[in-house]
Amino acid sequence: MILTISSSLLFAAFISYLLATLLFGGAVHGKKDETESHKRFAKYAVWVTLAGFTLNVGYFVCRWIAVGHAPVSNMFEFTTAFGMFIVGAFLILYKAYRMPALGLVALPIAVIVIAYASVFPKDVAPLIPALKSNWLTIHVITTVIGEAILAISAFSGLVYLLKRTNVFQRTRERFALETILFTLVVFIGFILATLTFQATNYQADFQYVDQKGERMPITYTMPALVGMNDSTALTENHLAPFVEAPAWVNGKKVTSVIWSLLYGIVLYGILRILFRKRLVALLQPLVRKADLSMLDEMNYRAVLIGFPVFTLGALIFAMIWAQEAWSRMWGWDPKEVWALITWLYYAAFLHLRLSKGWEGKKSAWLAVIGFAIIMFNLIAVNLILAGLHSYAG
Amino acid sequence: MQCSCGTQNNEQAQFCRNCGKPLKETIDMRYEGAVILSKKKRKNSLERLWSLFASVKFGVTLIILTLVLASLGTILPQVLFIDESAASSTKEAYEQAYGTFGEWYYILGFADLYNSWWFQMVIGCLAASIIVASLDRGIPLFKALKHQRVEKHPLFFEKQRLQLTTDATIPLDSFAQQLKKQKYNVRIEKDNLLAEKGRFSRWGPYINHVGLILFLVGVMMRLIPGFYVDEKMWVREGDTTSIPEATGYYIKNNQFVLETHGEETDAGINSVAKKYATDVEIYQNETAVAGADEQLKRIKSGTIEVNHPLKFDGYALYQMDYRQHELKSMTFSLQNKQSKQSLGTFTVDLLHPKKEYRLDEQTVVQIDGYYPDFEKFDTSGEPISKSPNPNNPAFLMNMVTKEHPKGETSFIQIQKTLEPLGETEYKVVFEKADTRDVSGLKVHKDRTWPLLLIGGIIFMLGVCIGSYFNHRRIWVKKQGETIVLAAHTNKNWYSMKKDVNTLTNTLHLQRMVDMKEQEDAQHDTHN
Repeated sequence: MILTISSSLLFAAFISYLLATLLFGGAVHGKKDETESHKRFAKYAVWVTLAGFTLNVGYFVCRWIAVGHAPVSNMFEFTTAFGMFIVGAFLILYKAYRMPALGLVALPIAVIVIAYASVFPKDVAPLIPALKSNWLTIHVITTVIGEAILAISAFSGLVYLLKRTNVFQRTRERFALETILFTLVVFIGFILATLTFQATNYQADFQYVDQKGERMPITYTMPALVGMNDSTALTENHLAPFVEAPAWVNGKKVTSVIWSLLYGIVLYGILRILFRKRLVALLQPLVRKADLSMLDEMNYRAVLIGFPVFTLGALIFAMIWAQEAWSRMWGWDPKEVWALITWLYYAAFLHLRLSKGWEGKKSAWLAVIGFAIIMFNLIAVNLILAGLHSYAG
Repeated sequence: MQCSCGTQNNEQAQFCRNCGKPLKETIDMRYEGAVILSKKKRKNSLERLWSLFASVKFGVTLIILTLVLASLGTILPQVLFIDESAASSTKEAYEQAYGTFGEWYYILGFADLYNSWWFQMVIGCLAASIIVASLDRGIPLFKALKHQRVEKHPLFFEKQRLQLTTDATIPLDSFAQQLKKQKYNVRIEKDNLLAEKGRFSRWGPYINHVGLILFLVGVMMRLIPGFYVDEKMWVREGDTTSIPEATGYYIKNNQFVLETHGEETDAGINSVAKKYATDVEIYQNETAVAGADEQLKRIKSGTIEVNHPLKFDGYALYQMDYRQHELKSMTFSLQNKQSKQSLGTFTVDLLHPKKEYRLDEQTVVQIDGYYPDFEKFDTSGEPISKSPNPNNPAFLMNMVTKEHPKGETSFIQIQKTLEPLGETEYKVVFEKADTRDVSGLKVHKDRTWPLLLIGGIIFMLGVCIGSYFNHRRIWVKKQGETIVLAAHTNKNWYSMKKDVNTLTNTLHLQRMVDMKEQEDAQHDTHN
């Protein structure tokens, strides 16, 4: 019952964020300077975002009550929380800087993150003993909040680069920026691929030989392009894999990456044909009114605000919890190492910005790369590098 | 460097030490123009080394190097997480699991990267860089800010990012009044005013560096014997055993409890463990002399659960693992094969089996051989035990009865009996087995944690001071009919501008000009 309410609230929040994105679009469109109409759009957009965030918090609270522990214990819950806190962090920075163009990046990315979360199983699973600790709750929630604030820095960097880059000239910068937008499209591709195959209820069972030489069953939920090591099909009338992966490569995961890329390329192609422009050129008019020096300011201010929160959550609270649960505060587990890498990266960022005077484009690129590291830690480390934190399965 | 006022200055000085006139085309406000050792032009080799470690570029390079090396260690699992049971060596284990790539990963030392000397050397250099850089700039900055002048040279104003020249006639006192309202500390000297707030935020980076160093020292101290213990141990239910690395301490396992989610299954298989805990008592040996009869005194009792360790005398015991249903004892009966009549039963303690079990005056079962973890017979027919743990006990028994005073030999395994020396009249029949659980614990002692904790707290404090507070200054100078203003902050210019706008609005002045914004605007029109 309460679980149903929580998913309805999440869906409502999701719709609100989509609506708010459109409204923010209204607040920045056109070539003219800011008018009363723009300001009205911005006001509505913020109110809708705030309403959506409230609904999102409602989801969080309801799910917490329903599952009996903080809803940050599996990939679905954690990623949804990340999306929610991105919106929260955006609202806080919007209050200080009032920049609608930022909403035009933050909200769509929050939407993608939440949609991405929804492809993971939403089942309520009991916690293993090691995860039953208040420190874990504190550790994870603080970390997610820190990462969300750091993400805002990347969003302002992205807006800055969109505005500053000459999109009509062939430069490495334009190429890099277009690649980033393409990556976002591939993300949407992954979500679409998962949803379409889910809708058609695609399931193909295989048996394969794992690293230890044992026969194991596996179920593909997307048509198998790359098979598992030495696999045989158990169900008929399903696509047979074109190639087979070696034992230490998970063919199922490679398959979903390839499908995401295919969907992403098709989607990107459609956009290019439809608008006859690169995505950078398509989006640039939307950021025309953004104030460069304010974006540059936000770029490092968000890191300054987020860095201490991230340190506390991802390193200090993590160490305290690890000490309580595993009797060692640090174990060089891949997820831990990547948290340390993220931390080191932002430490380097702050030194370059505040002591070496890297401003403008340089600093904007650094912020964008930082977000890529956070996303790598969120997605790739769980999917590729196994460890204690790999609760995604 | 000679100033126009005639004073000879240090060649790297940014301002004249006499009149305060800027000596360089662009001024670097980061260290208040203080004379910094690493910025000296002519250096001896020691000073060159110092400058290297003091430079931000070198520091950032080390951070990035650490980051890249750390990430390489996550490509494949580290040796700690590798299952070596099927391979003859660690290298082979990597090769089996990850092919040639795995083999090279091991050969290049990435498999145990975080313990490698080169990774630790990079961390060491990073620590050195933190110390040197902090001393190199922290001390001159502290001195410069402590002795900063209220009066600034007219050229100083022209080189600031936020500036304003006005011919409004406003007394400095009005500025002072308004700035005090805005929570600034105000000093006035003749025609000059300096308003300042949040200077302490400049110490943030140096404070957090101190915290980091303390933390790293704490980590190093773990190498000193006696400061750090991290040992695994197994305790069987009902047993009392000594605690490794904690001389004189003993632990008794009273009971191991396992709760599972969902249906209870026999071996806990296919069910997620919900909670597991061990009821224990801790004893300490009171006898002072080693080897004397041990007198154990109970010092603590309690339950060890995941996330809830039991602590005593600086040690902590953590629940880590368990083995369920380990065989504790087996009960047999001696039967006549034909009449099925039993001559009695006996129970063998599998950890401490007796030499013989007497059933009555004439009946004895002698244990000639005990193989707790029987695997197979070797080529000469000798039974082999895989381990000392009673996982698959087997016995060579001699049954002495009234009919067979010399005894009959039988080899007893679980659900199987062999008669190696010919058919026997009697046989030993397995009646029942008692099992118990074994609790896997971790003994932990860490005398370095107070330092780690203090380091961590100081670091967080420094980061917060440096991140959430800003050092803002406003200078006002009366020059005849005109007043010049300049403002500077180490970061967060947006809020600094809000501050100066409040000031200029209240005093009905024009807004201060942001030189950087003007540059950006020029840049935009050029585009």
